[in-house]
Amino acid sequence: MVTTSSAAWKRYNRRLIWLSLIYAAFLVTAVYGFKHQLIPAGLRYLVAILPALPIIGIFGAIGRYLVEEQDEYVRMLMVRQTLWASAFMLSIATVWGFLDNFGLVGHVDGYWIAVLWFFGLALGGLYNKLTIGEAGGGC
Amino acid sequence: MENRLRVLRAERRWSQADLAERLEVSRQSVNAIETGKYDPSLPLAFRIAELFDLAIEEVFVSPSRRHSGAI
Repeated sequence: MVTTSSAAWKRYNRRLIWLSLIYAAFLVTAVYGFKHQLIPAGLRYLVAILPALPIIGIFGAIGRYLVEEQDEYVRMLMVRQTLWASAFMLSIATVWGFLDNFGLVGHVDGYWIAVLWFFGLALGGLYNKLTIGEAGGGC
Repeated sequence: MENRLRVLRAERRWSQADLAERLEVSRQSVNAIETGKYDPSLPLAFRIAELFDLAIEEVFVSPSRRHSGAI
């Protein structure tokens, strides 16, 4: 991983920490609420998507970092990582979709798409490391 | 892209970190440019050339000229 200490990188890390904490809090709230049937019918959809919001926020934080990062080389590394993440996630999802369609594998919850994307981000870092000697950030 | 950055830096006895600080980029960026792993944007290439008080083509070797054997 690039040991950058740019202001943009520090802001990105702060956002990531806050969003992770919010995600944990929202997830616990939603799971507890549904498990104990505490959620009023009118709020079910809202509470169900609560954990997704900070995840979307992390995607936004990565985009914000790419806009704010002034070091073009470090920014390029992160762009390569996100392209890897997207290609990996879309490829796996497409293959799984066809396997699922023909009844060869079980159905998987949609939120695993985001997990695949973050895993792809790590793969992108590995690819950066192997090809140009720097992993890049964001994972 | 081939360049004379390492030589120019060594002439001034600057470390990669020194040069990075002057250019306001990371040390990794300087290393990647020096080793030809990364081609800087035109604005950054101008900043580098101006820092050494040189023209861009005195710092970076044009790939087309290099291939044609002009340099």
